[in-house]
Amino acid sequence: MSVVSLRVNGKTHEVDIDPTTPLLYVLRNDLGLQGPRFGCGLGQCGSCTVIVDGVATRSCITPASRAGGEITTLEGLAKDGQLDPLQQAWIDEQVPQCGYCQNGQILTARALLDRNPNPTDAEIREGMEGVLCRCMTYFRIQAAIKRAAREAGE
Amino acid sequence: MNKTLKLPQALEDALLCANHSTSRRNFLKSSGALVIAVGVNAIPGGKVLAQAAAAGPYPDPDFLELDTWILLHPDNTATFFVGKTDGGQGTGTAFRQMMCDELDIAYDKTSLVMGSTDATPDQGGSGGSDAIERDGWPMRRVAAEARRVLLELASEHLDTPVAELAVSNATVSVRTDPAKSVTYAELVGGQRFDIALQGDNINATRGVASVKPVNELRVVGQSIQRYDVPPKVDGSLTWASDVKLPGMVHARNVRPPVAGAVLKSIDASSVDELPGFIQVVSRGNYVAVICEREEQAIAAARKLQAKWEPPAEAPFPASDDLFNFMRSAVPVSSREPVLQGDPDAALAAANRVIEADYEVPFQGHTAIGPAHALADPSNDQMTIYSNDMKSYGLRNGVAKFLDMPRDRVRVIYMDGPQVYGRTAADDAGFEAAFLAHELGRPVRVQWTRDEETAWDTKGPAYTFRMRGGLDADGNVVALEYDARAADYNHVGYNEPDTVLIAQLMGIRPANPASGNAATPSSHYAIPNQRMTGRVVSLPMIWETPLRTGNLRDPNGPQVTFAFESFIDELAAVARVDPIDFRLGLLEGSNEGEMFLRARSIATIRAAAEAYGWDSRPSPNAPVPDHQGPILPGRGIAYTYRNGTVATTIAEVEVNRESGRVWVKRLVCAHDCGLVVNPTGLRHTVECAMLHGLSRALWEEVRFDNEKVTSVDWASHPSLRHSDTPESIDVVLVNGDPNPDRPDLPPYGAGEGSHKPMIAAVANAIYDATGVRLRRAPFRRERVLAALQASST
Repeated sequence: MSVVSLRVNGKTHEVDIDPTTPLLYVLRNDLGLQGPRFGCGLGQCGSCTVIVDGVATRSCITPASRAGGEITTLEGLAKDGQLDPLQQAWIDEQVPQCGYCQNGQILTARALLDRNPNPTDAEIREGMEGVLCRCMTYFRIQAAIKRAAREAGE
Repeated sequence: MNKTLKLPQALEDALLCANHSTSRRNFLKSSGALVIAVGVNAIPGGKVLAQAAAAGPYPDPDFLELDTWILLHPDNTATFFVGKTDGGQGTGTAFRQMMCDELDIAYDKTSLVMGSTDATPDQGGSGGSDAIERDGWPMRRVAAEARRVLLELASEHLDTPVAELAVSNATVSVRTDPAKSVTYAELVGGQRFDIALQGDNINATRGVASVKPVNELRVVGQSIQRYDVPPKVDGSLTWASDVKLPGMVHARNVRPPVAGAVLKSIDASSVDELPGFIQVVSRGNYVAVICEREEQAIAAARKLQAKWEPPAEAPFPASDDLFNFMRSAVPVSSREPVLQGDPDAALAAANRVIEADYEVPFQGHTAIGPAHALADPSNDQMTIYSNDMKSYGLRNGVAKFLDMPRDRVRVIYMDGPQVYGRTAADDAGFEAAFLAHELGRPVRVQWTRDEETAWDTKGPAYTFRMRGGLDADGNVVALEYDARAADYNHVGYNEPDTVLIAQLMGIRPANPASGNAATPSSHYAIPNQRMTGRVVSLPMIWETPLRTGNLRDPNGPQVTFAFESFIDELAAVARVDPIDFRLGLLEGSNEGEMFLRARSIATIRAAAEAYGWDSRPSPNAPVPDHQGPILPGRGIAYTYRNGTVATTIAEVEVNRESGRVWVKRLVCAHDCGLVVNPTGLRHTVECAMLHGLSRALWEEVRFDNEKVTSVDWASHPSLRHSDTPESIDVVLVNGDPNPDRPDLPPYGAGEGSHKPMIAAVANAIYDATGVRLRRAPFRRERVLAALQASST
């Protein structure tokens, strides 16, 4: 065990853990966050995604000790009580079914739009390709990303 | 309630109203004041869920009491209590809409509690996509009864006959003098109705009042946004997998390395020095490792050394040999053929006889979030936090399994990953309860990815043999359908003698379930038919990862793939457009099936119109070689699922060089009767189509002859963003011959559009390429092989 310092959603936390512990379990079990979700533990599905220094990162395969940057989770996306435009687009498009994977969909889309504010349809598909949804809300997800990009440009 | 907990409102209500028979009464007496002590014990650093300190017992809420269903609050709002669960299709929102209409209260003045066994009446949870179709009726009737009672009370209060009263937004007023009014809250708020209902069973629950005719429904029919979407999007929702309790520990299962292996010994020294290690629990062939922290349990489960003895004989054939095995196996059972006319004579006399075999492999649920549950054994009782869609069944099953009185066991239903049938959430719930019972501490069980993908229940594999006869004019004169399903010992929901932990402990029911090999549910007029279904068994039926259970219309996608592909084959041989061919088969209807055929024809025509279908036979004209690798095509399939009828058209692009199939466009015309929430319905239909598309293009359980080998998203691919169609049109149809009838019923919507998808894609691939794929899924290597085989 050793003390690992994490900066999450603008606050610094120190946790005494095995430093190889995947970031996912520290966020969920030590910091009590409910955005990042366990899906595979293999980095394959994206449900556990968090944004680390602007990069969509799979927290299930990232050791906590190596997550040194600024971590944003789904809970940290809203600013000053206002939902992120992507979250609002998700509501406007009524995207989720069960909703379990949507954490990874929204955060991956956020990182995508931060890199590329006006992605083409092909770029959206490519950028979102590795984030799986078993309720198959893909069509609505893509519609919500397009809506958020469009509204941000207006 | 401690506001710092940020519980979902529904759960907060559930806990407030927990222990229904006594506490809600107290709650009501105290007019909204909190009467249940909620114990909150912080554990370092973690968010802690309230643990209702009410020690139970937890008797069943009485569905024959109006107060069980509806609670009016002093602020003129209402809470509805229903015994259903919502897997994300928006049924919770729809229930509220239906009940609001009957009660005459605004939607945003209501909330809903679902599926927690001690807080809501037992409507069985979810299943069969019948939430609106069946369970909505008692909800509507009890809400109508509440309105009737409130009108009578208002009549007394306002000293005016009921006939002279109007009601709107939970306020009753005198028609001729609207200033004279009284709110529901003033009449009953914070008090009991104390009204008895009638009904032999919960589905028959009714009071004296009748429900409103369709033309008086105002909230029903609106696309109200789902209340569960914002908390799923902003991270505020507490899911079943998020619940944390004081002193809880983490378990991981250790499964047999090969199916049917017998546990000989466990070397506890391989893990007992690991940090956080608490215990290895084993019973029969069931093994779990328990640690203080989650990552510790994962590590310990990986490191545990155990000796397993493989079975003497292979438990099943390898997946490459499955269909040969199924065809040559002696069936365990054969259903009496559905016979019409004389198919043998008609086939013998037919101008042309066409034969074809089809195959569908085992396909799994493979939830995006592997199965999980948390069980709390406090107070010598068992509280299970679960997303199981049949929470009542989980409660009953666990009570039997642990030999506890039913009223000492409760299930608190919370959101979780997809529940399209009999998922492993059932199994995880039993495992958590067993381990919590053993340890005397709250235990959280979380399945791993490979465990979920390998061991969850599977939709049965099928083989089909079809024969059809055409006369000289291209009319279908005979049709034979012979299906074999590998479905013996199909497990039910939450059965204490078939859940995986019971099987691994050696617990068995007296007889394995017979399974099912279903027949088609189209309504074509074919004069001579024979429909046969046979169930076959794999060599091993217990403790096997190839256990079958209900998966989203359990046999429908398989059966419809074979049947609607074969109808397409007949149309192609007759050189008739596939839609014209189907309409021809439907228009020769007999009186008894008029209703079903009229609705079939309505959806087929609506789909054709929305697509812009031009009449021509399949296949499409060949694309010249110089025009590149992309071959376009279109395919149609139609079917009933219970009372719902759906017609789907798929437009594909087949890449003849890579074998990739992209479904570029989808159109579905869908008739499920009364529509409660159009947007919610459209999205459910759309996602059910894409789930079907995933099964058409990707999903297949692979195994060698001792274990499942498709265990993660690399070895078990699923639909991805790049597979998504460019456009999807859902056309909502009301094909009822009497469309304005005041009692137009709603039918289910979770499966109708899922069912024809594999067939529609197969028919489109044929249209594009002239090559018929009779084995799902249509992965690119299979498509490429079929294209190459046809060109040589």
